[in-house]
Amino acid sequence: MRDYGFVSYSSRDDFFDRSRAAWNPGKTQFWLDQGVDLVIDRRDGYHLWDADGRRLIDAHLNGGTYSLGHRHPELVAAMNEAMTHYDVGNHHFASVARTALAERLLATCDGSMGKVIFAAGGGEAIDIALKTARHATKRRKIVSIRNAFHGHTGLAVNAGNPRFSRLFLVDEPSQFPQVDFNDLSAMESALRGGDVAAVLLETVPATYGFVMPEPGYLAGVKDLCERYGTVYIADEVQTGLMRTGEMWGIYKAGVVPDILVTSKGTAGGLYPLGAVIVADKVAGWLDEDGFGHISTFGGAELGCIVAMKVLEITGRPQTKATVASIAARLSRGLGDIRSDHPDFFVGIRQNGLVIGLEFDHPVGAQLVMRALYDNGVWAIFSTLDTRVLQFKPGLLMSPELVDDLLERLHTAVGQARDAARVTSGRAA
Amino acid sequence: MSAQRAQARTTDWGPDAAARARTLLERARWAADEFASFDRAQVDRIVRAVAQAGHDNAARYAEWAVRETGFGVVADKTTKNQACSLGLLARYGDEDHVSARYDADAKILEIPRPAGVVVALTPSTNPISTVYFKVMLALMTRNAIVISPHPAAKAASADAARTLHAAAVAAGAPADVVQVVDEPTIPLVDALITDPGCGVVLATGGTPMVRAAYGSGNPALGVGPGNVPVLVDATADVVAAAKRIVASKAFDNSVLCTNESVLLAEDSIAADLLRALDDAGAHVCDPVERDRLRAWLYPEGRLRTAAIGRDAAWIAEQAGFRIRPGKRVLVAPFERPFEEPLTQEKLCPVLGFHTVADATRGIRLARLLLRWGGRGHSAAIHSRDRAAIMAFGAGVEAMRISVNVGASLGSSGFETNLAPTMTIGTGFVGRSSLGENLEPRHLVQYTRVAYNRDAGVAFDDFAGLQPWTARPTPPAARPAPHDTARPAGASQTPDGRAGRQELDLLREEIRRLVRAELQNALGAHHG
Ligand SMILES: Cc1ncc(COP(=O)(O)O)c(C=O)c1O
Repeated sequence: MRDYGFVSYSSRDDFFDRSRAAWNPGKTQFWLDQGVDLVIDRRDGYHLWDADGRRLIDAHLNGGTYSLGHRHPELVAAMNEAMTHYDVGNHHFASVARTALAERLLATCDGSMGKVIFAAGGGEAIDIALKTARHATKRRKIVSIRNAFHGHTGLAVNAGNPRFSRLFLVDEPSQFPQVDFNDLSAMESALRGGDVAAVLLETVPATYGFVMPEPGYLAGVKDLCERYGTVYIADEVQTGLMRTGEMWGIYKAGVVPDILVTSKGTAGGLYPLGAVIVADKVAGWLDEDGFGHISTFGGAELGCIVAMKVLEITGRPQTKATVASIAARLSRGLGDIRSDHPDFFVGIRQNGLVIGLEFDHPVGAQLVMRALYDNGVWAIFSTLDTRVLQFKPGLLMSPELVDDLLERLHTAVGQARDAARVTSGRAA
Repeated sequence: MSAQRAQARTTDWGPDAAARARTLLERARWAADEFASFDRAQVDRIVRAVAQAGHDNAARYAEWAVRETGFGVVADKTTKNQACSLGLLARYGDEDHVSARYDADAKILEIPRPAGVVVALTPSTNPISTVYFKVMLALMTRNAIVISPHPAAKAASADAARTLHAAAVAAGAPADVVQVVDEPTIPLVDALITDPGCGVVLATGGTPMVRAAYGSGNPALGVGPGNVPVLVDATADVVAAAKRIVASKAFDNSVLCTNESVLLAEDSIAADLLRALDDAGAHVCDPVERDRLRAWLYPEGRLRTAAIGRDAAWIAEQAGFRIRPGKRVLVAPFERPFEEPLTQEKLCPVLGFHTVADATRGIRLARLLLRWGGRGHSAAIHSRDRAAIMAFGAGVEAMRISVNVGASLGSSGFETNLAPTMTIGTGFVGRSSLGENLEPRHLVQYTRVAYNRDAGVAFDDFAGLQPWTARPTPPAARPAPHDTARPAGASQTPDGRAGRQELDLLREEIRRLVRAELQNALGAHHG
């Protein structure tokens, strides 16, 4: 297939065999079974190239990791520049890069936040947020949403689907009660006992298929948190960094959280980084024991420097305006596609560029994902709702690329609809 | 600058290339300088002689070009060579790009200013017709021209250029008004287009060459590649459309960059259209043939250049299947238009075929096809729905759309009333400064001599004056400097030509003024 210098493969099958043997047989096979035999090679902007040179538009972007595009030239330049001077740094010491990034992150929160704690990724950042809430409230319980996804680290995994905590015997359901999304009274029942440290909420639950919060729901939860002394943690890993058209989806919803978690796109996909932005009122442990959470790579300086560039680009007025333009054009185009296939394409969930597409078939999103792949687009179904496709376009796409993407989606939806008729045996 | 880069980069041919370029251009500048003072009649004589010489040799060079390049069809190339010699004369012969012109109402005199030296790059696909075309346009506008032909067609191109040059000189043109590079190399082309002696670059060819022309620092009229989508909607005359498309694809084995590349057929007529294409002389590939054709035509996903301008039977054979005698075009239906090699430019009688649900989808897909390659170039539609035609024109980013006509000769202006051309401007949308079909007027600009708009300041009658011989009136014959208003009765006629009588009156008036002035001066002296 290819010679990469450090390794070469005689064929695609040879590669997959070795991947199964040495890395992850389950995952490797899963995608092959899905008809997605992707081996990502070159990447540039919003395009990926398969090892065989086949080009794909990336509408998955690893959940926003590549919101600014793969290898954005300004980010690559910032990274290269940083490499001439920095490495990850020493996590025990005050650091110029970490402090500068912390100041910039706080500046995005309108003065509502006081400190930033760094992590090496989203899961770790969620763990930090949960630990912070427990320290501040001296309570243990964490309430989350059924079908939420917050990562697979020690605490975060318990806030998600039990499949993943039970697998490793780390499930602790009594400490992690879950309620249905958009159900305020269930939330109130969960909080009423006054023993809940935190409510952990994705602003729009991504892996659940970008179910939109009903108007007033998030603010209602925040009110309940205030009433019962519970910390509100906004997981902005997939909804932050301008994906909704505002820097943070939760602020767009009119809610000021106590803790905000960001990761994925924070360092532009060039370096792993997560950050927990906390209000001073819950930040006490940082005074009490500054070594309370240790992470060698949390807030690595190379990542911090790239992240500052990410914030700068993301915060440009032009970026925000472009996101609005893309969102509007997509909204129109998606409506057109839906009106062509109303019996199959039954729902459009959209908040800016946070988009879920709903299909009237138990695995409709897998069929569309597959058809999109055949038509040169990579977008992923929602693990926890296989009827919904996660559709995550980039913040800086050109009008041409948006048109192109829509046209491919139009074709793919038609093809998936035909496939759905065959698999379900339904008449037209 | 770039010429210096070439010099620095290379020790063997670099400096030589720059020096050769400068030598050619210096000769061309002298020729252009002399040519710039030729009048309409002299230019006309030269242009006619060159057109005739081109026509007389049309078949000979057509045959030579096919022999040298392996591209195309002799009979069709002959037709194109004729169209680009006597054909251009018929179309543009009456246009005057030589004389000064003036507009009395606007009070503006316009003096033609040719580019001087045209540096023309010519392709291998249409080598002779493009040489003819660019030479004819240059001569009609009193430019000298230096041609750098595509290496694959250099012998025929150079010989044709010399033939035209000989005819031009015999008819009175300055020596070296047409020059040609025998051994074109990249450094030499680079040196030619970047040299300050180049007046304008006419780049017809691939994207890198056109970008190089625009990056040369000199004025450039660059035209990019095409990849023509053609939509046949449900209102079209399907049989007529099929005939036109097959004829257009077969013409010169599709080497005109305006030829159809991907046919988008509205679902409801797609089956009829395929049948009609078959009747009209196309071979419709089955999926196995289509896959073989794709694999052969696009190894590694890129067009196999060996296929360019070859005939359908040969291509089918290379791909591994046979077609019936008399079949002239291969139609390759495909289901998915995305990342499909058959959506790329072909320059051979292979036509991609894809069915679209309706005209709206067809327009959107045609737009995408052009954005992937060929933006700004050309597209075609067969339809009887004027709204669809307008929507296609607006939606598809091509600077020309051929309607109910084969695109090869439609967009190039031979079967429509567009300017007949071998150079297709791709417009701003296609990163070109030229949005139209290149025609003579694009090679000459005008100095605009604009008078005070105030009615109190008179315009002049320029009849009888030639820009290249006019000299200021000697002091002795000048009217008094303070009397600038036009004497009554001497206004020019609306068509710009003052009558003989008026001229005489004018002269008499001037003499009177001069006399009065002299007397004044003498009187003052004596007083
Ligand atoms: C909303 C949300 N939170 C947290 C995480 C965990 O991030 P990481 O995979 O970097 O641990 C993810 C990852 O997909 C996520 O989507």
